[in-house]
Amino acid sequence: MSWHRKHLLDIESLTAEELTTVLDTAREFKAVGERDIKKVPALQGKTVVNFFVEPSTRTRVSFELSAKRLSADIINFSTDASSFQKGESLKDTARTLEALNADIIIIRHKAAGAPHFLARFLKAHVVNAGDGAHEHPTQALLDVFTIREKKGDIAGLNVTILGDILFSRVARSNLWALRKLGANVTLCGPSTLVPRVFEQMGCRVTYDLDDALANADVINLLRIQHERQRKTMFPSIDEYARLFGLNRARLAKAKPDALIMHPGPMNRGVEIESELADGDQAVILEQVTNGIAVRMAVLYLVNGGKDAEMNA
Amino acid sequence: MADPSASHTVLEADALARAWRRVANEIAEAHTDGGVVILVGIQRGGVALAQQLSETLGGIYGQAVAVGSVEPGLHRDDLSQRAMAELRPTELPGDLADKVIVLIDDVLSTGRTVRASIDAVMSFGRPQCIRLAVLIDRGHRELPIRPDFVGKNLPTHPDEHVEVRTNDSGAPIAVTLKTQ
Repeated sequence: MSWHRKHLLDIESLTAEELTTVLDTAREFKAVGERDIKKVPALQGKTVVNFFVEPSTRTRVSFELSAKRLSADIINFSTDASSFQKGESLKDTARTLEALNADIIIIRHKAAGAPHFLARFLKAHVVNAGDGAHEHPTQALLDVFTIREKKGDIAGLNVTILGDILFSRVARSNLWALRKLGANVTLCGPSTLVPRVFEQMGCRVTYDLDDALANADVINLLRIQHERQRKTMFPSIDEYARLFGLNRARLAKAKPDALIMHPGPMNRGVEIESELADGDQAVILEQVTNGIAVRMAVLYLVNGGKDAEMNA
Repeated sequence: MADPSASHTVLEADALARAWRRVANEIAEAHTDGGVVILVGIQRGGVALAQQLSETLGGIYGQAVAVGSVEPGLHRDDLSQRAMAELRPTELPGDLADKVIVLIDDVLSTGRTVRASIDAVMSFGRPQCIRLAVLIDRGHRELPIRPDFVGKNLPTHPDEHVEVRTNDSGAPIAVTLKTQ
């Protein structure tokens, strides 16, 4: 048992022991979700705010259900980033939420570092639900939870992350988590979206999909984020699908029991052939189920955590 | 007492084995149908004891006795006051309706862990009844909770720490007292 943090801001600053504590705790919460009565009173009387300054349905709903299964009261505070003047007004809005006596504030924001900024002055616990292209810690935790559940151990596994790495906070958080837990990570995608600089994070970068998939235990497909991309990143969606889309022939390069993962929402026929998304190797829906267990674990752990430096 | 901070043994294996066997007999006497009894060890001190008790009781009943475990952590009333503890599995076999749940713990004190364990069991179903068997009752109750079966009553000072040591098969081999 190793957890004393008041916030969950990123994966980068966590130790392997802390990651393992979250995963072990999540395992017990997964069992809660499989019961007839899916609710425990661990956060009874606590107020949780889903503070989403960037559109999201899946993550918000997952956090909402997680908080409810812990018996907390949760309110959703979503707003369009354009109504914000950033800086001061983000601070003011967060202070307003705190004035409601929120105990935990879950924040999604298009600006990297927004959760860290809030954690510096809020008394509440802060959980990062995605900040810009920086990190999406709970997504990485649910991904490694799913891998560990299927493969037993993360260390030594070959994990290939495929797609839009540059704009992906999911890729960054996954990279940190997988490296800390001892996996071998390969990144692949169009060279404009997979800069070589990622090699400094201890992974392999290749632009040859067959090479990237060879011997893979896990293939994590990232969504091509149309909304974040300028047209200059690659010529066309069709070309992307042809060069980097996962299909049955390419999957044959990976290990026969390789897992296919996707954080959703997926573009069928682009990153992944529709038939594979529904196949035996896909664990995409299990990722959704595991997301609730992992987020319950995170809310439970940060609620009990007291970060000395943050309390000062 | 040369060193008041040192731990000393207050109960040894023979006395504990006799006491725990008596508890098994009392449970069998109170609940004659072994088929409905489920021994549920409270994580984590009660789990090994429940396992070991099921073997003794199985001999008395002439049939295997169901065993389970319960993690009280998520139902505690002091979650925000105490250090975070590791969560361990809650495993309850099958449907609890019409079953006699016997909660097992090594040391009973305030009763708060038992209260949390009762709530945790109830979230799985509605047993016919819940009983409580403890190896050591050290007193200092803070809730109206009373054990149905007690191995030994051990009057203690609030500052003292009671520890039950078990062997690999879960049998209690020593109870030690330590002043904190």
